[in-house]
Amino acid sequence: MLTAEAEPLDAALRAQIADLAQHAEFSRAACTDALKLVQKRYGYVSDRHLDEVAALIGMTPAELDGVATFYNLIFRRPVGRHVILLCDSNVCWVMGEAGARAQIRERLGILPGETTADGRFTLLPIVCLGHCDHAPAMMVDDDQYGDLNPERLEAILDRYA
Amino acid sequence: MEKPLTAMLQPDGQPLDMAGYERAGGYQALRKALTMQPEAITAEVKRSKLRGRGGGGFSTGRKWEAVPHDAPRPRYLVVNADEMEPGSFKDRLLLEQTPHQMIESVIISAFAIQAEIAYIFVRAEYVRSLSALARALAEAQARGYVGADILGSGFALTIHVHASGGRYICGESSALLTALEGRRPLPRSRPPRSAQSGLWGKPSVVNNVETLCCVPHIVERGADWFLGLSRCADGGTKLFGMSGRVKRPGLYELPLGTPLIEILEEHAAGMQDGYQCRAVLPGGASTAFVMREDFYVAMDYDAVKTVGSGLGTGNVMALDDRRCPIGLLRNLEHFFAQESCGWCTPCRDGLPWVERILAAIEAGEGEPEDIETLARHVDFLGPDFTFCDLAPGAMQPLGSGLKYFRAEFEQHVNEKRCPWHESAGGWA
Repeated sequence: MLTAEAEPLDAALRAQIADLAQHAEFSRAACTDALKLVQKRYGYVSDRHLDEVAALIGMTPAELDGVATFYNLIFRRPVGRHVILLCDSNVCWVMGEAGARAQIRERLGILPGETTADGRFTLLPIVCLGHCDHAPAMMVDDDQYGDLNPERLEAILDRYA
Repeated sequence: MEKPLTAMLQPDGQPLDMAGYERAGGYQALRKALTMQPEAITAEVKRSKLRGRGGGGFSTGRKWEAVPHDAPRPRYLVVNADEMEPGSFKDRLLLEQTPHQMIESVIISAFAIQAEIAYIFVRAEYVRSLSALARALAEAQARGYVGADILGSGFALTIHVHASGGRYICGESSALLTALEGRRPLPRSRPPRSAQSGLWGKPSVVNNVETLCCVPHIVERGADWFLGLSRCADGGTKLFGMSGRVKRPGLYELPLGTPLIEILEEHAAGMQDGYQCRAVLPGGASTAFVMREDFYVAMDYDAVKTVGSGLGTGNVMALDDRRCPIGLLRNLEHFFAQESCGWCTPCRDGLPWVERILAAIEAGEGEPEDIETLARHVDFLGPDFTFCDLAPGAMQPLGSGLKYFRAEFEQHVNEKRCPWHESAGGWA
C-alpha cells in the first residue's frame, strides 16, 4: 500500500500546513484541515506525520491526537484505496441497510471496519448521510449513492473494482 | 402557497450562480438590510417569531439580542451546518441548491449582530455542499458582498467555510465552537452562554442553516408577511421531510403548523402498498414516537409537545408494521452510545448499557426486569443529569417506546424471540 508512513511529510505539504496555521485566527484552529491534507496525500495519518503536523501547528502530539482520534473521518490507520461509508442509522435500517451490508460482505469479504486483502476497499459504518429520501444510502470516497438495491449496489461496486 | 426557502430551486438540481441568483431577486434583501439599523433587523426577526429550525426552537431574535451592545470584539456568527440528526436531510438541500441564499443570510445576520467574522461549519460528508458554498462565497467576495466596506456601508465581514472531521456531537453548539478552536470537541458548561463568551471567549451566535435562510425573506418582506405564512402562532414555512416506507419520500416546504397527517398522506402520498404506518419519529432520532391516534397533530413547536414529543428538525420517519420497534430502538440507542463524547458518566456508561439490554431483548435473551432497568435509565439519563442534551435526546424514543410498545417488549421477553425476526437482516 502506498502509505509512505516512514517518510517525512513532503516539503510542499509542510509549507501548505504552515501557511494554514499562519492564516488561521489561532494556529491550532487549522489542525483539522491540516490532518485532512495529510490524509488526502497519504490515505491516513501515521504517528510520524501526526508528530510533524503538531510541531508545525504548535500543539503537542498528544493534544493533536486527542483531536484526531475523536473524529471518525480522520483515519489513524491505513485504509483501502476506496472507502465505503454505509449508513447504519434508523431510516436506512428501516429501508434495508442490512441487505447492503450482507451483500458487501459476500462480494468483498469484509465486515464494517475491515479492509479487503488486496487493499482496494475499506468498509466503515457512518451515521445518517442526510439522504433519507433515497435510503438505503452510502458513499464511496466523495460520491454519494442512494436507493440501493442488489443490482444497483453490484453496479456501483463494479465501478471501483 | 408561498415557498420562500425553495423558490429558487432549479429543475436540474443545480444551484443558481451569482448572475442567476441576482436576476431572481437575490441580494436585494442585503441591499435593504444595509440601509437599516442593525437593531431594527433584530427587532423585525424577533417580531416574525422565527424559531430555531435545528431542533432547539429558541427564538432567533432573542438569541441575537443576547449579544450585549458593549460586547468585546471580534464577534462571531456561526452557522451550524453539521446536519447529523438521524433522519434529517433538509439543510443539505439548502446548502447544495441555494448556496447564495445561505451566503446572503449570513451577511445580513452578521450585520444584525454586528459580527465581523462568520464560520459555516459543514459536516465532512456533505461534499457537494462544501463545493457549492465555496463557489458562492468566491462569487460574493468578487462582487463586493463579502469583505471590507460591503457596498459602501462601512460594514466588513469575513466568512470561513469549515469542514468537520465527523461526529454527531459537533452539532451541539458549544461543542461546535470547541471544534472550530481546534480542540477535542466536547460540549461546554453553561453559563456563560456563547452570546457572552463563545468562540475564543468572544460573543458568538450559533444558528441553524434553515433558520438563517429565513432571514433575508423577513428583511425583504417584513415580519407580518412571515407570520402570515404559518398555520400557528410562530412564523414561517418549514422544510418538512418524510422518509420510511412512504410512496413519495422527500422534502416539502409547507406552512409551519401543517398537520402531520397531511404531510404523510397528501404530500408523501401515504404508505407503500402492503405497509401500515404504526408510528413516526417526527423530528429526528432525538424525538419521541408519535402514534397513529395523534397524527392529526399540527407540526409546530408547541403542538407537537402536547402529544409528548417535539418538532425537532421536522423531518419525519415512518415506522411501518413490518419492522420491529425494539430493533429500531436498538438501532437508535446504538447511534447515541456510539456518538456520546464520553465526557460525563451517565451518558458514556449508561447508553452502551441501554444498547446491550435492547440487543439482548431483540435476540430473545431478555429478562422481565430488563424492561424496568431501561425505564430507570430513561429517568437517570434525562434532563439535568448530564452535561449536554445528547443523552436526554436519546431517552426520548426509548421512554416513549417503553410506553407505546410495552406489549412488544413483553412479547420478546416472554416468547424469547423477535416476532419480526424473519424480516430482519435482509434488504427488507
